[in-house]
Amino acid sequence: MSAVAEWILSNNVALILAIPFVMAILLLLIARYRLSAGLNATSAFVTLLAALTLFVRKPAPGPYLLVDDLNIVFIVLNTFVGFTTSVFSASYIGHELETGRLTTTQLRFYHAMYQILLFAMNLALLANNIGLMWVAIELATLTTVLMVGIYQTHAALEAAWKYFILGSVGIALALFGTILIYMAARPVVGEGPGGMIWTVLIQHAAAFDPALLNLAFVFLLLGYGTKVGLAPLHAWLPDAHAEGPTPISAVLSGLLLNVALHAVLRFKLLLAANPGAIAPGPLMAVMGLVSLIFAGFMLYRRRDIKRMFAYSSIEHMGIIAFAFGMGGPLANFAGLLHMTMHSLTKSAIFFAVGHIAQVKGTQRLADLRGLTVTHPLLGWGLVAGVLAIAGMPPFGIFMSEFLVVSSTFARQPWLAIPLIAGLLVAFGALLLRLQGVAFGEPKGGSEPVKASYLPLAAHLTLVLIAGIYLPPPLVAWFQHVARLLH
Amino acid sequence: MNQFAFDVAHFLAGTIVLVSLMLLYQDRLSALLNVFAFQAVVLALSVSWQAWVQGAPHLFVTAAIALIVKAIIIPVALHRMIRRLGIHREVETALNTGTTMLAGLALVALSIVVVLRVTGDASMLAREDLAFALSVVLLGLLMMVTRRNAVSQVVGFMSLENGLILAATGAKGMPLVVEISVAFSVLVAFIVIGIFLFRIRERFDTVDLQALDDVRESAR
Repeated sequence: MSAVAEWILSNNVALILAIPFVMAILLLLIARYRLSAGLNATSAFVTLLAALTLFVRKPAPGPYLLVDDLNIVFIVLNTFVGFTTSVFSASYIGHELETGRLTTTQLRFYHAMYQILLFAMNLALLANNIGLMWVAIELATLTTVLMVGIYQTHAALEAAWKYFILGSVGIALALFGTILIYMAARPVVGEGPGGMIWTVLIQHAAAFDPALLNLAFVFLLLGYGTKVGLAPLHAWLPDAHAEGPTPISAVLSGLLLNVALHAVLRFKLLLAANPGAIAPGPLMAVMGLVSLIFAGFMLYRRRDIKRMFAYSSIEHMGIIAFAFGMGGPLANFAGLLHMTMHSLTKSAIFFAVGHIAQVKGTQRLADLRGLTVTHPLLGWGLVAGVLAIAGMPPFGIFMSEFLVVSSTFARQPWLAIPLIAGLLVAFGALLLRLQGVAFGEPKGGSEPVKASYLPLAAHLTLVLIAGIYLPPPLVAWFQHVARLLH
Repeated sequence: MNQFAFDVAHFLAGTIVLVSLMLLYQDRLSALLNVFAFQAVVLALSVSWQAWVQGAPHLFVTAAIALIVKAIIIPVALHRMIRRLGIHREVETALNTGTTMLAGLALVALSIVVVLRVTGDASMLAREDLAFALSVVLLGLLMMVTRRNAVSQVVGFMSLENGLILAATGAKGMPLVVEISVAFSVLVAFIVIGIFLFRIRERFDTVDLQALDDVRESAR
């Protein structure tokens, strides 16, 4: 028994990558959708367990893979939401199959792509080599493009195409930045693989040519920033969220944006280690603030419920980028906490929205009315989720937003004004929309829905608990990571 | 590196920039594809030359990919497609040719100024290669912005990617170049297959992206 445990512990990183990869191939061969949906969830659960063993033992960094205190947070969050979304997906796709929106062949493809996406995101988070990280993020982009277009309607194809072109330009710019980082490193580290290994780079970053590093960071921020969904590079995001299957919207908002953000943070650390380079923080803070305010106003004009929550994701990624851009232990802590809370809450909202759109047969906000009357559980679940995402106490997002605001007051009081304005604008828009959707005159189908409420309840409970009581070990861990981030 | 090797590398990289500028003013799709295929051939030559002078045989793989995929397979596939769609005669541009060319020249000047300023102590070849590569990247972006047609946007993206390959092969000893060029080929193949599979012609009657925007407006 202990030999097995020992083997698992010493191979945990390989397992995190191998399980989704092998399962993707297996799921391509299985035609029965109930079986493959079950296997999809099981595989995601086992990957989560493998990710949790990282807390017990961290392998030493190698030339390609790295586990440190920063990416453990991302990996555990990634595999957890990946698992809960696969549970939601199992009940979601059953309905899609019944209504004929998806065929069994498409579902085979869908499940395989889901696992490949989890594989690619885990690889991007674990990568110690910045070239490998780039390839993994490209792979994740490709798989999500295919999933966004899976319904093959006009709108879905258009969204997939737009996402594809903008995402490709983003990752092309990121590659140029990656090449520049290598060129900056070469005179110091020497030719060969060392110039792309992050742990080597961070040791020698102080000696790099600062001008070249600055140029590289601009390209990396624009490139990976496109994937984070920061304004003005966000144009792909609302369409991709609105037209794809809802489990994919949940994974996009909850996870893929974080993966791109993790890449930006890694390069921010490189710049911070070099005394001559520009401070990367203000750039990120400005882009974050612009995203927050822009998305806040855009929320008022939405007519599609998934599109609305996509803009809300832009808003929250803006807050997170702003917090990390401010820097310092408190703001970084707030950024990490906000990222975690946003991932959990936003995917919970999409779990509710997915079933709502299925039972009502529409995503138009005007046709979604009085949900608390027709479907009390879903309706109240959505109310709780929207209150949480809008930043109402006692949910966790209230606390993280409060921390972002108070750290801004402590460091740059003037910036607190646009920050609070943006938060209030978004808050108003969300509550305005919520009122009609949840409490208006009931409209549309009222037949019961075969939903699995477990993922929704689990996420909202976690967010609620985090808002009331954060366990001290978690606080200590986040504080430790926040100090690492400068 | 001796003077002759330097001059040849310089000449090839400069030709790629020139071809990028030529791409900007092609107003027929089939001519555009021919010019792009020519750029891919020059890129393959440039990468082979780098492989030779750097003594890095793995770069020949990248050169072969550039030649086979980007100079032959993709242009042929796109030629057949535009003929089938009946759009091989015209390209619409959002800006007129003169303005586009001026913007293109400004971008080349910008990239030379930016790169030469920040790479003071790198080797001469590396600096100029990087300046050329950045020009090609920016010109590709410009093309994607000014064209409304899906096929010419894809050509713009592929020429942008040529600039990245130029930069990666110019950075001496950079690891993973071959892997990255393979990954890029997969990406481009997906784009082309995507246009085929999604049968944009059947669904939208045109590959003009303006029409795609209209579809969305009416769906909203």
